[in-house]
Amino acid sequence: MKQLIVAPAPHAHSGDTVRRNMLLVILALLPAYVVSVLEFGWGALFTTLISIVACVGTEWLIAKYILKEEPTIGDLSAVLTGLLLAFNLPSNLPWWIVLIGAVVAIAVGKMTFGGLGQNPFNPALVGRVFLLISFPVQMTTWPLPQGFNGSYVDAATGATPLYYLKQMVKGGDSDAVNHLPDLWNSLLGVMGGSLGEVCALALIIGGVFLICTKVITWHIPVSILLTVTLIAACIGWTGMLPEGMTTGQYVAYQLLTGGLMLGAFFMATDYVTSPMTPLAKLIFGVGIGVIVMVIRLRGAYPEGMSFAILIMNACVPLLNKIRPKRFGEKVKTTK
Amino acid sequence: MKTFSIGGVHPHDNKVYSAHQPIQECPLPKKAIIPLVQHIGAPAQPVVEKGQKVKVGELLAKAGGFVSANIHSPYSGTITKIDSTIDAWGMRMPAIFMDVEGDEWLDTIDRSTDVIRECQLEPKEIIDRISAAGIVGLGGACFPTHVKLMPPPGKKAEVLIVNGVECEPYLTCDHQLMLEHGEEIMIGIQLLMRALGIDKAIIGIEKNKPDAIARMNELAARTLGVEVLPLRLKYPQGGEKQLIDACIHRQVPSGALPIEVGAVVDNVATIYAVYEAVQKHKPLISRVMTVTGKSVEKPGNYSVRFGTPLTEVVALAGGVPEDTGKIIGGGPMMGRAMNNIDMPTNKRVSGLLFLPENESRRVEPENCIRCGKCVSACPMGLEPYLLAKQAEKQMWDEMEKHDVMDCIDCGCCLFTCPSHRPLLDYIRMGKATVGGIIRARAQKK
Repeated sequence: MKQLIVAPAPHAHSGDTVRRNMLLVILALLPAYVVSVLEFGWGALFTTLISIVACVGTEWLIAKYILKEEPTIGDLSAVLTGLLLAFNLPSNLPWWIVLIGAVVAIAVGKMTFGGLGQNPFNPALVGRVFLLISFPVQMTTWPLPQGFNGSYVDAATGATPLYYLKQMVKGGDSDAVNHLPDLWNSLLGVMGGSLGEVCALALIIGGVFLICTKVITWHIPVSILLTVTLIAACIGWTGMLPEGMTTGQYVAYQLLTGGLMLGAFFMATDYVTSPMTPLAKLIFGVGIGVIVMVIRLRGAYPEGMSFAILIMNACVPLLNKIRPKRFGEKVKTTK
Repeated sequence: MKTFSIGGVHPHDNKVYSAHQPIQECPLPKKAIIPLVQHIGAPAQPVVEKGQKVKVGELLAKAGGFVSANIHSPYSGTITKIDSTIDAWGMRMPAIFMDVEGDEWLDTIDRSTDVIRECQLEPKEIIDRISAAGIVGLGGACFPTHVKLMPPPGKKAEVLIVNGVECEPYLTCDHQLMLEHGEEIMIGIQLLMRALGIDKAIIGIEKNKPDAIARMNELAARTLGVEVLPLRLKYPQGGEKQLIDACIHRQVPSGALPIEVGAVVDNVATIYAVYEAVQKHKPLISRVMTVTGKSVEKPGNYSVRFGTPLTEVVALAGGVPEDTGKIIGGGPMMGRAMNNIDMPTNKRVSGLLFLPENESRRVEPENCIRCGKCVSACPMGLEPYLLAKQAEKQMWDEMEKHDVMDCIDCGCCLFTCPSHRPLLDYIRMGKATVGGIIRARAQKK
């Protein structure tokens, strides 16, 4: 008889792979991407292309020539990092800035720590925050949605709704309320903002898809969104809002604008940089929710999702000390 | 519908190949090798000599201690030698070699097919008969059954939980046994309830066996105190601790036995053996095993006497399929891969599974992406990714603190890992080492 294969049990596998998970996340991002392309036109396509190619290329070069190991770009994680980075950039960003961001994301954010699975911080956000600090003007000049009519280099730009929301509570701009897009447009994404973050509806659809396919669990997104809802509602209840803005509207604007949905469903849930157990995930989410609202209300930047996620990323090793509930831990005594 | 509360996975059940195949007797071999360790505990001590003639059912070796089990002759014939062999699990152990000359049974054994319902025996007598018959848990662990029936002082059994779950993919022997011998199993349940002095039994069956649920329900309706509980599909529901959790919502604490929460768990095949031993005086000399696989010609459920070379059973199922890459003793989740099939079968082998070449190889592991899927899948609430890493770095103390000894070897972590990391391999290694450290420490004291 021919040689038999011998291995320890189990002899069955779920068939799940790293590649499959990454692919599903990319798929889940597609609806939001379609909206972005419709709104920001060539800029959206161009920025994404540069970002992805640069991320994959950087990983390949570093793996091949510096780490001298077989590049693992086939797992699609670099593609996902590139896509997520692009989602977090204004669509009219000069190409060389996108390139720098992508190189920093992969080289500094991921490969220095040893590649996939080793990085403490979300690589796409490392790239984005690096750019935000290095090129504050370009990074906070968001084009207004003009579809393919607007040109890439010279698009009309404007402040995002979050700027007005901050001014409103600070009391600096009495006319802030009138600058906000209406709520429907916020949900559908007809407003200024980073490339992929504008259409809350598409992002929610993608996020729900990820939860249904069990790529992510509900804990992180739900805890982030609930925390933000609660804090925003408190602002409303304490009477800090100007005339013409109800608590409900304020909460809705906080949820639907900025990078909240993108961050809650796609950035904070990154496997590598989020905690393992349900309880730790909930704490992680609440932490992000609190930090993002502090920055939105009092910080120097209009939006704080990237910072909030990165700060909580740093807490993950600590959060991972929280043990899951062991079987038999709570002993029900026999009568 | 109920199930256990922590973790678990959903492997494809693949039971269609051998499901509903009537139990078929495997013909007697010419020569047989009967291993003397077919249970957890001390090896049995031979009580026969070379050249001695024995009948079916005669005692060959007696239990080597309290936690041990008698072994009886499955054949009539002559003992040729007492030596060592390698059994179906690849373990070298003492064994009795026999030339099989016929099928002549001891007169005391009732070989009729009549179902005997009456039993006037005292609990002690029932347990003695079970112990004498060499009955062990046929679900896989092979723990001597009589030991479970004698709770330590201060502990009281409240409920008998009957394991008809058969959560291992591919295996169908327990399912078929319930369909064909449900009545005997029901009597066996009553015998065990009597032995334990309890009035409540729950039969847990996963819902992918609706006909078995219906059959047992029909029988339970006529039996006082016995309830059939259909369970949601989830592996490892047949694990003792998981099944107790699913049936009565009590969790056996770390390191404790089921009796701690008032439960005694027995598999349906074990209970059928109990019936035969108590009512028919028949010792445990055979079991039903499933021979299956996607390319097996005649997959089915075969009643095989212990000591029969596996090749004989395989021949009955149409031989080894052409595309075989791996042969597994048991199911795909917890069974052992074998390097040949010349070994004799024993009380432990519940099935033979032939996996085709393309399903036999492990995929190369990638980096851990810290997705936490192993943590969600672990039915014991452990952190497999962490334990595996600690084992890699030989951090034995840390592993003990992270409860590695609670691991039940179910394989959910490795099954679910998208990076194909050999998590359970590392954890097993750690468990063996930590177990050794704990035993050494206990000895020192």
